Amino acid sequence: MTTLTNVNHDSDQHGAENHEHADHRLFGLATFLVADGMTFAGFFVAYLTFRAVNPLLPDAVYELELPLPTLNTVLLLVSSATFHRAGQALKRDQAEKCQRWLLLSAGLGLAFLVSQMVEYFTLPFGLTDNLYASTFYAVTGFHGLHVTLGALMILIVWWQSRSPGGRITSQNPFPLEAAELYWHFVDGIWVILFIIFYLL
Amino acid sequence: MTIAIPPTSNKKSDQLQPNGWLRYFSFSLDHKVIGLQYLVCGFIFYLIGGLLGSAIRVELASPISDFMARDVYNQVLTLHGTVMIFLWIVPVVNGAFGNYLIPFYVGARDMAFPRLNAVAFWMIPPAGLLLISSYFITGAAQSGWTAYPPLSLTTPAAGQILWILSVLFLGGSSIFGGINFIATILKLRRPGLKLMQLPMYCWAMLGTSILVVLSTPVLAGTLILLSFDIVVHTGFFNPGLGGNAVVYQHLFWFYSHPAVYIMVLPAFGLVSEILPVHCRKPLFGYTSMVYSIMAICVLGLVVWAHHMFTSGTPPWMRLFFTIATSFIAVPTGIKFFNWLATLWGGRISLNSAVLFSCGFIVNFVLGGITGVMLAQVPFDIHVHDTYFVVAHFHYVVYGGSVFVIFASIYHWYPKFTGRMLNENLGRFHFLLTFIGFNLCFAPQHWLGLNGMPRRVAEYDPQFTFINQLSSAGALLMAISTLPFLWNVVQSAFNGPIAGDNPWRALTPEWLTSSPPPVENWNGEAPLVTEPYGYGVPKEQLDKTGTSNSDHRSSGQ
Repeated sequence: MTTLTNVNHDSDQHGAENHEHADHRLFGLATFLVADGMTFAGFFVAYLTFRAVNPLLPDAVYELELPLPTLNTVLLLVSSATFHRAGQALKRDQAEKCQRWLLLSAGLGLAFLVSQMVEYFTLPFGLTDNLYASTFYAVTGFHGLHVTLGALMILIVWWQSRSPGGRITSQNPFPLEAAELYWHFVDGIWVILFIIFYLL
Repeated sequence: MTIAIPPTSNKKSDQLQPNGWLRYFSFSLDHKVIGLQYLVCGFIFYLIGGLLGSAIRVELASPISDFMARDVYNQVLTLHGTVMIFLWIVPVVNGAFGNYLIPFYVGARDMAFPRLNAVAFWMIPPAGLLLISSYFITGAAQSGWTAYPPLSLTTPAAGQILWILSVLFLGGSSIFGGINFIATILKLRRPGLKLMQLPMYCWAMLGTSILVVLSTPVLAGTLILLSFDIVVHTGFFNPGLGGNAVVYQHLFWFYSHPAVYIMVLPAFGLVSEILPVHCRKPLFGYTSMVYSIMAICVLGLVVWAHHMFTSGTPPWMRLFFTIATSFIAVPTGIKFFNWLATLWGGRISLNSAVLFSCGFIVNFVLGGITGVMLAQVPFDIHVHDTYFVVAHFHYVVYGGSVFVIFASIYHWYPKFTGRMLNENLGRFHFLLTFIGFNLCFAPQHWLGLNGMPRRVAEYDPQFTFINQLSSAGALLMAISTLPFLWNVVQSAFNGPIAGDNPWRALTPEWLTSSPPPVENWNGEAPLVTEPYGYGVPKEQLDKTGTSNSDHRSSGQ
């Protein structure tokens, strides 16, 4: 009777356990972002290698315009700053101010997505037209997916940081901090993407 | 016997998490349950992968394609490789033993993220089912476990897509596991426990998890691009559409070479735990072991192109990757000699765990030497894509990792179940496995050197006899599973009671009851600063005091 069966008398003490040790969730998220960053690194290296060794086929079209993506870069960078302000407001227990900054950040993120869509529809090439075009859409699309998720996260954080009734307070800032870290990461990736795809 | 009275428990959570054997089928958050879930699930896939491997050897017993159709052979080959790597070795050496042991070793009550841990495990069975069922639904992928384009673009698409989906799931599971291990080892150590006092398996898992986190996402991204090529006919890796197939190879091997270390570094760690206990000696050269693991971890990330010497790689690249690969022999050799020195002059009890560990050392040194041979460009060009590579690879992952998995099961089974395994059956199992393995794979070196290509169902009749020898070895390996299965099943019910610490071991998992209670310790977690203090006089061995680091690495 002592084999596999007699250990577990109450198996869910983990709930209590969570409060005993320090919170390592941000560390875990940061590790995940390293992994996520490596996915982008793989894409970037693939693109740079394509550019270096695979000439475009004779009749292929691949041209990018600068103005819209520059605007996009500004949008994301500003949204990073506004998100930072939201975090500071939360620390000072200014829920309303925090919510306003969050809404602005989410709005900037959504504006980025709209602007990206406009760019997609005005570009003279499609997903399967040629190698560079495919890589451009795959990588910017993958990044856009990240922005979409991030914008959703910000909206959830915005809703949860309402006062009273929200779960995110200066005592429980983790969801906001996590979303903020993720958002800064997505912005950082965009800057690298912008340099590699548009400026190089 | 006495049953500990549980602390006042929350009735509601009792109902949420089943007790008894049912919890092994539940979304349990207990790292020990999850570890055993990984182990049993992995072993089931080992049996499936073994059946597939046996089918390959049956086919190859004769030089013509008679046992199965050629496209079925391709599917069986692909499934065998994928199942064995992604569903057996990687989840078991990392997930199973890592989850079971790491919290004990760092003196924690669970992993850093128990829920993420359960999610990581429960991604595996669906992924495995997806992979296996693809054979019955659409026909499985046919392009081997490497899925090289353009081959993977020309073979039937449905099976290939299901394969990609399955591998993406498994990769995700692996990444979540890796994040959890890094956080647990770095952040959850018991107060007072220093990094350089951790058992060696923690270091192995730290190195492995770093490799997992850095390299697996690259594979995931690559497979996403590959699926674009298959589904919407983009041309990333399709030279016909202006793409570049070699870029796929680079990205694929950027993961899949480290994957070899993901499979074998934890095995190194496990052997380093097993040998000192059964030799009653400290692990020789603790510090050099740690640095070797980290050196392998760093070098392992910069050697991938040695898989691609025949892919038109430029000379400077060949030179760099030959040198980098040869360098890996140095830290590996250090570890190898450290194990020998640990064995040297020890009071060795030659039980099943030690036999499998020694089998590992013998097999792995052979696999390592052929690895150095393959790193040399002229030799590699000669044997590329031949059975020499197959032999080398199986010496590393079967002779290396799988032997260690068996050694570890023999070593930790008393802790898992509270009962001892039958030693005679275990030795018989080792004998069959060791002879079967070497009979199966040693002749393949000869086949490869003489030019028999791999991955084909038909071959030149001059190779018939050697192939039949190899198939006989495979048969022995298949039979060797039976005494093992009988042993683990019947010992769970009838084995002698093990007690808390049947091996008189010093590592922390043995300092609690067998099987351990939920949350691992009946009181405070012990502070073990000398996990390998065997043969050290008792008064010098202070389990609660500060480290006495002289003994750790002296090998005395």
